[in-house]
Amino acid sequence: MNEKELQAQQQRQVHAAGEPTKPGKQFLPAVDIYETEEAVVVVAEMPGVAKEGVEINLEEGVLTLMGERHNHDQKGKVLLREYESGRYVRRFTVSEAIDQEKIEATMVNGMLALLLPKVAPAKPRRIEVRGG
Amino acid sequence: MAIIRFSDRPSFRNPWSEFERMRHDMDALLRSMSGEAGVTGEGGTVYPPLNIFEDGDNIYVHGEIPGVEAEDLDVSVEGDTLLIKGERKARAHGEKVSYHRREIQFGTFSRAITLPTRVNLDRVAARSVDGILFITLPKAEDVKPRQVAVKVG
Repeated sequence: MNEKELQAQQQRQVHAAGEPTKPGKQFLPAVDIYETEEAVVVVAEMPGVAKEGVEINLEEGVLTLMGERHNHDQKGKVLLREYESGRYVRRFTVSEAIDQEKIEATMVNGMLALLLPKVAPAKPRRIEVRGG
Repeated sequence: MAIIRFSDRPSFRNPWSEFERMRHDMDALLRSMSGEAGVTGEGGTVYPPLNIFEDGDNIYVHGEIPGVEAEDLDVSVEGDTLLIKGERKARAHGEKVSYHRREIQFGTFSRAITLPTRVNLDRVAARSVDGILFITLPKAEDVKPRQVAVKVG
């Protein structure tokens, strides 16, 4: 049983190196990354992002996660504002060889789970040395 | 403005929150000047972070609760207090897992909010979409703003 009390994590805003073309704030989603024998799994917290709003890119070893929040937020007068809407962006360098064809992503309850299967290790090849 | 009206209610807001906010802003400013990573953060310290809105008919409470299943969530209203309780469960995964990063937290949470007006308890609605909790609290009939016609003469 996990009786730990949850603490609110602060929204971490990033100022991207390149200027974004769309206006709006960018935030870093909190992530868990773990590795099993077969795959690397990335889990990212993206509340307010629907399945359609997620964009994932793996290019030259750089994994980019992007999530666009849907915007049915503001209604009437604001009495309290503790989180802001915007876009989630986070990039990682992936050192393991990933089988790009088999990448799977699911989005449930604002949690993005990304399965990056490793390329099956090449079988050791024995090279015979022949005598002359 | 509604925000000022709220700060008159000490049970709802910490009277020092304005100073805390200022300190926060100053810290953020200092951080940005010292060139420390381009990351700044703001927000509450109680989980879940909430946005609260109000219009003539309703009070809207929205909260960020990614990864919380609807059945692990308990929303109740008693008098003028809204209580949001729940648990965020850890995901199960197999053995032989090595973590590279672990930033997502798990555990229980509970947050009470004093509502600014009385609400119609029978018509409170809550739903959870994509990790956001949406609670709509219709105001009680007698506190709704009423249009008063001004007669001439």
